Amino acid sequence: MKKILTKSLVWIGYLAVLLLLPQFFDSILAVSLFNQMAIAIVFALSYNMLLGQGGMLSFGHAVYFGLGGFLAVHALLLIEFETVYFSIVYIPLLAGLVGLLAALFIGSFSTRKAGTVFAMISLGIGELLAASSLIFVSFFGGEAGVSGDRTYGPPLFGVEFFQNIEIYYLAAAWMFVATLFMYLFTQTPAGRMANAVRDNPERAEFIGYSARRVRYISFCASGFFAGIAGGLYALNYEFVTEETLNAVTSGRVLLMAYIGGLGYFIGPILGAVILTLMNSLLSNYTDLWMLYLGILFLLTVLFLPKGFAGFIMMHRVAWLQRRIRKLVLPYLATAIPAMVFMATCVLMLELSHLEDESISVLNMELSASSSSTWLGLLLIASTSMLVTRRTLPALREAWESANHVADEPESKS
Amino acid sequence: MFEVLVFATLNGLVTGLLLFMLASGLTLIFSMMGVLNFAHASFYMLGAYFAYSISLYLGFWPGLLIAPLLVGLLGALIERYGLRRVHQHGHVAELVFTFGLAFLIDEAVQFFWGPDTKNYQSPDVLDFPLFTLFGQEFSAYRGFMIGISVLIFIGLYRLLTRSRVGIIIQAAITHPHTVANLGHNVPLIFMAVFGVGSALAGVAGVIAGPVLTTFPGMATVLGSIVFVIVVIGGLGSLAGALIASLLIGLLQSYAIASNLGVADLLNLFGLEFSRDHPLTDLWTLTLPQIAPILPYLLLILVLIFRPTGLLGNREQ
Repeated sequence: MKKILTKSLVWIGYLAVLLLLPQFFDSILAVSLFNQMAIAIVFALSYNMLLGQGGMLSFGHAVYFGLGGFLAVHALLLIEFETVYFSIVYIPLLAGLVGLLAALFIGSFSTRKAGTVFAMISLGIGELLAASSLIFVSFFGGEAGVSGDRTYGPPLFGVEFFQNIEIYYLAAAWMFVATLFMYLFTQTPAGRMANAVRDNPERAEFIGYSARRVRYISFCASGFFAGIAGGLYALNYEFVTEETLNAVTSGRVLLMAYIGGLGYFIGPILGAVILTLMNSLLSNYTDLWMLYLGILFLLTVLFLPKGFAGFIMMHRVAWLQRRIRKLVLPYLATAIPAMVFMATCVLMLELSHLEDESISVLNMELSASSSSTWLGLLLIASTSMLVTRRTLPALREAWESANHVADEPESKS
Repeated sequence: MFEVLVFATLNGLVTGLLLFMLASGLTLIFSMMGVLNFAHASFYMLGAYFAYSISLYLGFWPGLLIAPLLVGLLGALIERYGLRRVHQHGHVAELVFTFGLAFLIDEAVQFFWGPDTKNYQSPDVLDFPLFTLFGQEFSAYRGFMIGISVLIFIGLYRLLTRSRVGIIIQAAITHPHTVANLGHNVPLIFMAVFGVGSALAGVAGVIAGPVLTTFPGMATVLGSIVFVIVVIGGLGSLAGALIASLLIGLLQSYAIASNLGVADLLNLFGLEFSRDHPLTDLWTLTLPQIAPILPYLLLILVLIFRPTGLLGNREQ
C-alpha cells in the first residue's frame, strides 16, 4: 500500500513539474526546447521498450516515428482543406495508430528472432523505407518534405495552437499519458514476460510462452508510442522530411536510450533530456558538438554500460547503507582532475579548429599558432591525467568499503 | 542492347569485387567474434583518406601500401582496447560499440579533413583506356581494380585454407579453447584477424577513393550495403560473401543500365494510366529509380525465407 502511495506521489510530482516548467522558463528558446524534449522522451521510451525491456536491438526505429509524422502532416492538410474536421489534439493518437499498423505488419516477420537477425531486418526495413520515401514523392514529398499548418483545426476551449506554449501543453499532456502507459506496460504480464524473453528466451519457452509472441506484443506497443512521438513532432514543426524516418533518426534514438541507460525506466528520459540539451545548446557554441557526442557515446558504452541511470543506481547500496558520504571526497579527488583533463582536451580540439587565430579562456588569450600554448595545454592535460590515474585506486577502495555488505547474516535489524 | 549489357556486366563486376573486399573482412571478423562490425565501412573511408594524404607527398603507390597498414594497425588497437573491453557486456553492447565507433570516425574524418570532397586521383600510369568496345572505353584503372580484388581473394583463400596460420585461425573460430590449450595465443589471433580485416577494408578504400570520390559520406553509402551482403551470403561464409557481392553488384548495375519501368509492364497487359492519378508515382516507377532499394528488398526476403543466408550454416 505504501509502495503504491509513493509511486503515485512520483507521478503527481512529474505532472506538477510538467505543468510548472513553463512558469519558470518562459523564453521562446526554453519552450521550444521543452517541446523537443517531450518528443524525444516519448520516442526514446518507446525505443527502450524494444531494446531495454525486450532485448531487441533495432536500427530502424525511425520508421514508425517517421510514418506517424508523415501521417500527422497529411492529417493537418486534410483538416486545412476541410476534408475532415476534428481537433488536432487527436492527431498524435492517429499517428500512433499508424505506427501500430506498421509495427503489426513488420513485426509479423521480424520478431521471429531477436539479436543479430532482428537488428539486420530492422536495418534493412529502415533503409528500404528511407530510400522509397525519396521515390514516392506524392506522399513523402521527396527531398523537400511535406508541410502543414496546425492552426486550421477547430479550437479546443478557445486554444487555436498558434503559439509554441500551447503546443507545449499539448505535447506535455500526451507525453504524460504515454509515459504512464509505457510504465504500466512494464508492470503487466506482457511487460514482465518481455524481460524474461530478453534474458533467456529458451526458459521462457519452456514455461509455455511463445518468445516470438511476447516480442511481437512489445514490438507493436513500441511502434505505437513511436508513432505518437512522430505525431507530436509533426505538430511541433508543422514540417516533416525524409530525415525523420532515415538512419540518422534511428541512430539518434539509440544514442539517447543508451546514454541515458537501458533497462531503467528513467534512463531514456535522462538520455533524451541530455541529448536534446546538447543538440540545441552546444551546437550554438561549437561546430564540433557531434564529435563530442560521439566521444560521449563511446565512453558511455565502454565505461558505463548501463548509462547514466545505471551509474546513479549503482549507488543504491551505499545509499541504503548510509555510507554515501564516504564516497564524496574520493569522487571529488578523481572528478576534479578528470574534468580539468577533459576541459583541456576540448580546448585543444577547439583551438585546432579555430577560424580566427586566438581564443580567450579565463581572461587569457590563447593563440593557436604559438607553440607555447600547445606545450602548456599538453602539460596540463598530461598532469591532470596522471593525477586522475593516481586517485583511481583510492576511489576504488572507498567504493569497495562503501558497498561492502556484511557477510554475516544481518543481526542488528 | 548487347553493348549496354556488356558494360553493365563489367561495371557490376567492378562494384561487386570492391564490395567483396569489404565483405570478406567483415565476414572473417564476424566468424571469429560473432559481432557484426558497424565501423567496417568507416575503415574503408579511413583507407581512402589516409591514401589521399599520403598521395599528396609520396604519390599513389606508396599510399596503396602504407594506408592499409595504418588502418590495420588502428583496427587492431581498437579491438585490443575497445571491443575486448565491451565483450564482457554481451553482443548487443559490442554491436552498439561498433555503431558508436562508426559515428565517431565519421565525425573525426570531418574534423581532420573537413566536410568537402577531396581531389584524390588515380595514378597517371593507369590513365589510359584498357580496351575499346563498341566505341566505349574501359579504363585501365577499373581493370586494375578487378585485378587487385581477384588477387586478394585468391591470396586470402590460399592463406586460410593452405597455410599453417590459416589452419590455426580456422580452428580458433570453431574451437577457441582447444586452440588455446594447444598453446596458441587466441586473443592475439583475434586481434590480428581484426587488424587484417580492417586493412582489407583499407585497401578497398584506397582503390575505390579515386573512382567513387573521397568524401565524408562514403562510409554511409557503402556501409549498410556491405552489411546486406554479409547477411545475404550467410554470416561467416567467405564464398557466400563473394556470391552475394557479385549478385548485388550486378543487380544494381543492370537495374541502373536498364530503362524499364512499371509503365512498360502495364503496357504489356495493354493497361495505361493517366499522369494525374493519385498513385502516379507507382505507375511511373522505373528500374533505375528502385536500384538503390533492391539490396534491402533482397535482404528482407532472404531473412524471411532463409534466415541463415545463401551459404550460411544452420543455426545451432
